[in-house]
Amino acid sequence: MTQDHALQGSEFDGGTRVPAAGTATGAVLPGPAHDGADEPVQLLDHLGVRHAHEHYDALVADVDGAALRKLYEDMVVVRRIDAEATALQRQGELALWPPLLGQEAAQIGSGRALREDDFVFSSYRENAVAYCRGVDLTDLLRVWRGNASSGWDPYSINMATPQVIIGAQTLHATGYAMGILQDGDDAVAMTYFGDGATSQGDVNEAMVFAASYQAPVVFFCQNNHWAISEPVGLQAHVPIARRAPGFGIPSVRVDGNDVLACLAVTREALARARSGGGPTFIEAVTYRMGPHTTADDPKRYRDANELEDWASRDPLARLATLLDSLGLLDADYTDSVKATADAVAAELRQGCLSMPEPEPMDVFKHVYSAPNSWLDRQQDHYERYLASFEQAPQEGSR
Amino acid sequence: MTTTTPARVKEFRLPDLGEGLTESEIVQWHVAEGDTVELNQIIADVETAKAVVELPSPYAGTVLRLHEAAGTVVDVGAPIVSFEVAGESEETPTTTPSVPPASAPTTASDEHAAPGTDAARDSVTDAVPAKREPNLVGYGAAVEKSGRPQRRSRARSVSAREAAAPAMTPATPAGPPAAEAAAQAPAERPRSTPPVRKLARDLGISLETVTGTGPGGLIVRDDVLAAVGGSSAELPALHPPVLHPSPAGPDTAEPTGDPSAGQTRTPIRGMRKHTAAAMVASAFTAPHVTEFLTVDVTPTMELLTELKASRAFEGTRVTPLTIVAKALCIAAARNPTVNSSWDEEAQEIVQYADVHLGIAAATPRGLLVPNIKAAQTLPLVDLARSLGTLTETARAGKTPPADLTGGTISITNIGVFGIDAGTPILNPGEAAILAVGAVRSMPWEYQGAVALRSVMTLSLSFDHRLVDGEQGSRFLADIGMILRNPAMVLTMV
Repeated sequence: MTQDHALQGSEFDGGTRVPAAGTATGAVLPGPAHDGADEPVQLLDHLGVRHAHEHYDALVADVDGAALRKLYEDMVVVRRIDAEATALQRQGELALWPPLLGQEAAQIGSGRALREDDFVFSSYRENAVAYCRGVDLTDLLRVWRGNASSGWDPYSINMATPQVIIGAQTLHATGYAMGILQDGDDAVAMTYFGDGATSQGDVNEAMVFAASYQAPVVFFCQNNHWAISEPVGLQAHVPIARRAPGFGIPSVRVDGNDVLACLAVTREALARARSGGGPTFIEAVTYRMGPHTTADDPKRYRDANELEDWASRDPLARLATLLDSLGLLDADYTDSVKATADAVAAELRQGCLSMPEPEPMDVFKHVYSAPNSWLDRQQDHYERYLASFEQAPQEGSR
Repeated sequence: MTTTTPARVKEFRLPDLGEGLTESEIVQWHVAEGDTVELNQIIADVETAKAVVELPSPYAGTVLRLHEAAGTVVDVGAPIVSFEVAGESEETPTTTPSVPPASAPTTASDEHAAPGTDAARDSVTDAVPAKREPNLVGYGAAVEKSGRPQRRSRARSVSAREAAAPAMTPATPAGPPAAEAAAQAPAERPRSTPPVRKLARDLGISLETVTGTGPGGLIVRDDVLAAVGGSSAELPALHPPVLHPSPAGPDTAEPTGDPSAGQTRTPIRGMRKHTAAAMVASAFTAPHVTEFLTVDVTPTMELLTELKASRAFEGTRVTPLTIVAKALCIAAARNPTVNSSWDEEAQEIVQYADVHLGIAAATPRGLLVPNIKAAQTLPLVDLARSLGTLTETARAGKTPPADLTGGTISITNIGVFGIDAGTPILNPGEAAILAVGAVRSMPWEYQGAVALRSVMTLSLSFDHRLVDGEQGSRFLADIGMILRNPAMVLTMV
């Protein structure tokens, strides 16, 4: 712990940058001014060294070499999905894509802790969590290609489609968790959001209700340091995890680039919720290595040095180092991981390019589950409007 | 499957890289015509209004043609690269279960229709309505060639067509398809788009005299340019909107008669635009006064020689600018009004405690004034190093935004260009700027005789709202005193 603390300190203090008040690095990284509780839980440090932890080791005792390899493969694959989708956007095939580069460990570690009957309410960046839930890759892209209002049936994978309204999904999760209470079930609602979302009223309201009802919900905050162009230090002068106890919700800070630690703290939180212990707030301290979305240019607002600092804490590199030190990173394995990633990327691209265009009248589908006269009238008007165009080949005549 | 399929040409059109952008500038090509590229290989850097992004190749194949040169602003949807794609297995949807199998056989023939042959494309589109046309143009609906309905024409043209309808073919004279639409509606103003109408107006061309060659007789940019007398190929490679109106008529090629011959017109944008706005704002809000002082800096030059030889300065570049910067910090402490700012909105004078020393740097992007924070706290050796890295970083274009804001006073080193003096314009919001002239060997009065001495001229501009002549003069005199005799610092700090 102390060794790691010294390392993090030196990385930031040794630089030539002038420390500006209220910047992201100043407020979030553990510094001497913080007490021990602010120190993120870490099992695997940025150099790939596994550190023993008296409490959390037991929660990942079952993670053997094979499981570590699977976690690594997951992270490689989702990074590849991310890169391929970004390329598809640059090629005009997607309208927009919100990259998760750098946040693989936070999403895979937490996503792999979930049970099938748990339910996920995420923001728009949790594509790795969707991957863990077994989303169809083409479904992942439907919304971003502008071909559908939502990508999949939430009940098919027990994950709601991405919420774009910042923080709104936390209310949905709390509501769902209150429903679990009513059912007397032991499933858990898991909600993902970012550091910026913690400033939203919705998130605060969700926490109030979750605490009041002791609902089985886990608030998983990926503090990726940037709310688009606003550094986290502007919104949080103390670590975000410190807010939750004010609502009566226990919280934990975890190294969001450490897949093992993320797995461990999420398992603990899920176990608490299942056993009637109520909500937990997890702050995974990670970093968005790429742009906010493909329409953003982070070079305009953040320091290249900061990016470099975080590149040295890459979540994949440290796990690769650990696997290597365990003799588990042989060429056969890395080849097979690469082949899997290639196949997934090819499937993603294929699915994107061959997605059928929606028909004009499709907009009326899925609005109501039952017939609705008001909608029928609109549909009739729209049909007649379309008919006012010249008769083009087959369009609209279904 | 791929071995027998012939190679064919694929066009890559500029996508909408942000959300709702209409154009982007090609900053740099990473490939040349004839290069072989892999899928997702970076082929270009493109700057949109929002970001500079890398374009990955949508195909594996050979680059046949780069349609636009680096530096051009391209409309979204315009072709930028043509690829020769061998085989074409990538989009043949046999491997993806989600594609209706029925569309598979027709896909190949559909895509054989080369770009531009809209008729051929439309005819096959009928058979595969559900298949998405790979439009590669943003994410919006495919353009009309995919068989999208078109709005009925204006009333007059409709009635004309209805009148002609019973006659069917006989009423339509055989002719080139381009002229057809125009012939059908002779009374109507020929169709064109607003930018084309503007171009025609700018060039003094009446659209009635232009024959449209676009779809349905639409008058396109090239038609207007052709009507001027030259085709677009003969015009200088500028972005069309900045073409100055040239005299109408076919004589534009004549080299001597055209007053604009030999001129290059560059759109005012980016750094140049910002610099201009800042300079205008500064020059016309702060009343500038400039004072000059010519100083015998021989003792400073001797000091520099000693510093260079000293161990503490090993590997550090020390120049007259280093000493001037240090002198400025010392003099500013004695005359703090030069390190202040006029806050017009609040009707307050802001006095700064720290000297955030701006250094004007000429960079490939233009003028930048990065600043050294709290320069007055830095020992000389640190100041020297900061000056070195500051300008290097600026020239490499890597100055972090924080270093470009918050400056309180500036230096411009015109001496490096061999210039003696000038009347510098204040960096907006600052109260003073010092121009440092070249060090020259000049005959100069020295101990009652004329000797060859190292002489430098200092030019100080200050905001006369904040700084009176007395304070500005004392400040400049203090700097001069230090340069004339560095030991005088002992009397000042």
